[in-house]
Amino acid sequence: MLASLQNGICSERLALSAYQENFADAHPPLTATQAQIEAERCYYCYAAPCQTACPTGIDIPSFIARIAQGNPRGAAAKILEENVLGGMCARVCPTEVLCEQACVRNTNEDKPVEIGLLQRFATDDFFANPQPPLFIRAADTGKKIAVVGSGPAGLSCAHRLACLGHQVTIFEARAKLGGLNEYGLAAYKTPNNFAQQEIEWLLSIGGIAVKTNTRLGQDIFFTDLVSTYDAVFLGLGLSGVNALGISEPETLGLRNAVEFISDLRQAEDLSQLPVGRKVVVIGGGMTAIDAAVQSRKLGAEEVTIVYRRGQEGMSASDYEQEWAKNNGVTIRHWAAPLELLTSEDGQLTGIRFAYTQLEEGRLKQLSESFELAADMVLRAIGQNFDSNHGVEGLAMQSGKILTDENGKTNVAKVWAGGDCRFGGKDLTVEGVQHGKLSALDIHRSLSQAA
Amino acid sequence: MADLSSNFLGIKSPNPFWLASAPPTDKEVNVIRALEAGWGGVVWKTVGEDPPVVNVHGPRYAALLGTDRRVIGFNNIELISDRPLGANLAEMARVKQRFPDRAIIASVMVPCTEQAWKNILPQVEDTGCDGIELNFGCPHGMSERGMGSAVGQVPEYIQMVTEWCKQYSRLPIIVKLTPNITDIRMPARAAKAGGADAVSLINTINSIMSVDLEKMAIYPNTAGAGSHGGYCGYAVKPIALNMVAEIARDPETAGLPISGIGGITTWRDAAEFMTLGAGTVQVCTAAMVYGFKIIEDLCDGLSNFMDSKGYQNLDQLVGKAVPTVKNWNQLNLNYAEKAVINQDLCIKCGRCHIVCEDTSHQAIFATKNGERHFEINEAECVGCNLCVSVCPVADCITMRTLQAGEIDQRTGHQVTGEYANWTTHPNNPGASCS
Repeated sequence: MLASLQNGICSERLALSAYQENFADAHPPLTATQAQIEAERCYYCYAAPCQTACPTGIDIPSFIARIAQGNPRGAAAKILEENVLGGMCARVCPTEVLCEQACVRNTNEDKPVEIGLLQRFATDDFFANPQPPLFIRAADTGKKIAVVGSGPAGLSCAHRLACLGHQVTIFEARAKLGGLNEYGLAAYKTPNNFAQQEIEWLLSIGGIAVKTNTRLGQDIFFTDLVSTYDAVFLGLGLSGVNALGISEPETLGLRNAVEFISDLRQAEDLSQLPVGRKVVVIGGGMTAIDAAVQSRKLGAEEVTIVYRRGQEGMSASDYEQEWAKNNGVTIRHWAAPLELLTSEDGQLTGIRFAYTQLEEGRLKQLSESFELAADMVLRAIGQNFDSNHGVEGLAMQSGKILTDENGKTNVAKVWAGGDCRFGGKDLTVEGVQHGKLSALDIHRSLSQAA
Repeated sequence: MADLSSNFLGIKSPNPFWLASAPPTDKEVNVIRALEAGWGGVVWKTVGEDPPVVNVHGPRYAALLGTDRRVIGFNNIELISDRPLGANLAEMARVKQRFPDRAIIASVMVPCTEQAWKNILPQVEDTGCDGIELNFGCPHGMSERGMGSAVGQVPEYIQMVTEWCKQYSRLPIIVKLTPNITDIRMPARAAKAGGADAVSLINTINSIMSVDLEKMAIYPNTAGAGSHGGYCGYAVKPIALNMVAEIARDPETAGLPISGIGGITTWRDAAEFMTLGAGTVQVCTAAMVYGFKIIEDLCDGLSNFMDSKGYQNLDQLVGKAVPTVKNWNQLNLNYAEKAVINQDLCIKCGRCHIVCEDTSHQAIFATKNGERHFEINEAECVGCNLCVSVCPVADCITMRTLQAGEIDQRTGHQVTGEYANWTTHPNNPGASCS
């Protein structure tokens, strides 16, 4: 029997060569010629709508003009001065709902300038030869700042603070820096260990000490940080995973999508990763898409995303949904999980869903239901703030940290940003902006105090 | 269907498109390809005395590139034909015999002595060619030897040589003018005074295409050193149009036939030259960029344009716009326009706003009710046309004429509808009473 047709959860469903092909760069970079042609399409708009649409406010017309003028280093500088993780954002930003959605070329041509790919071109060119340094650290201020969490928000905050001359210590719970850049995101979005390459460059500014395998609430404690450091930035992310809200039996087949993705990102040999023959992913966001598509790419025969609301309610962009469908993923709407089905020996065999509909603006489960065969079910219905961090005294809202527009919390000397901050859209690029704004605010605050 | 046939100085060609004297007309093989493709005629690449000149054995051409590597401008340092005179003349004769309905013009350049011209003209005439073009325009290489533009820059020489040519040849004489002068009317008048049957213009403009910043040397160069070249191509069209019009409207040269040259790339360019007085047009760069097939598009476009406007033949088109070319002091200072932005077409790039704000008259609003919205402020708009010029969307910004009786919001004055120019303006210290 073909390995791909084997029921249950197993590895090596595909020929070895298929793994490399499936997980290669999903959107290959532009060649120099393509970049030149594309860059010349930019109109160099006044107060450009793309720049306004970019959460980090990159001066997009300028960086594109610099590409067109044969100045890719200058282009990279324009990008990185506003978004220090501009290389990763060029790979993972949902540009179709951000900068490219705002491009004035859409009006007549329905074809925006490919800003994301141009940003990748400029940053790739820079990272291939990042000398001499773009950023020089200011004179040491003697101020010590703790950055907890090393996802996009923490890294961005740390880099900006280091630039401004402060001494930063990053505390990271996991073994590697990067947060979702390293442990989340589909592998084909950021192949060739780009996340670590970018971080290595980012840290090269100096003034940033790193403590990995150090978890807040376990190895270090909030009150200690606040009393020891001149300022604390919390970029904790959302490490808890929402439950399905139904009975969840202990079964091998039921997993968190974020862990499935994390295993995939860290795998040395993708062929050794187990995946089901029939996979159901529950959720409607980017995590659901990344988990579903990667399941397919690992050799799952049938992959279905099931979302409890309609297509328009999915937080994954239209482009991402299209990407999933093109990779053979089925997306079903208006259904909520009801029951996980297991065999007598405890193997997952399927999942039963209730149909749903909106009634007077409220989502209601109907009495009718259907079953999908599944040997693997991935939860992707959102993450939540881990209460074990022990951040007592912080004002919270909807389970996230409440801050002002610069990320300042109600606790003196404490800022927060990224996915753990209330009111965000859970985007990498937004995390970068949070970190940057908080760093600037911390700097202002410490400068005034001095 | 419009009749595109041309009769220029009695030289007939099925269409007014001639290939200019240049690399595309250097050899029989090229010329035959051109004529088979449908070109109305060729001005054979300039022939000179034997022994022939020698060209550099390296880059002769370079281009000024626009978006998507489109050739906007072009320059060359190629000399006149580097082949023996006899070879050129024999080929010319064969081609004329094979294509009797096409215009075959010989371009000639020899030193500025009567004997030199007296020697060569009968040989050229023996080919059976239809006319002779005197190359007084080539601005590089040959000019260092006292020929080409070195002659074209001295009206007295132009007249003298033209007189010799009229004396020693029965063929129509077309004098090709250099634009590297201060006032094109002077050489044109000299050509006419010498008896020229027509002038052709413009030849190329002195130019350095670029500097290779890696090698820190001008580009193109020969073994590290370069020489200025002759600039041509689409970018020179406005310069050429002006010079053609200046000759067409100069009372001293009005009516002198003109063969228009300079950046003609499309039928539209050709039509524009003709409306400003060119009886035929000559093309080089466009052919060197796209090949000879463009003749089909040139003829088709011109024909469809003429049909759409009811022009039956070229005579009805030639010179049609010349009366609209005036000295500045004849322009109506009572006339006013204002820009109008078509909001349905506007893509909100804001370029009109920022250039008006930064460099002109602060006459375009960028917001309306807090929204991004670009609209003309008539109280500031001087009607300068900058916004029209930079808008990336065709016909999105247009100019509206203020009607008689309307108040110009900028000046507060009522538009009178009466014509009044600078010569009578109160601010003009030398104004005459009207």
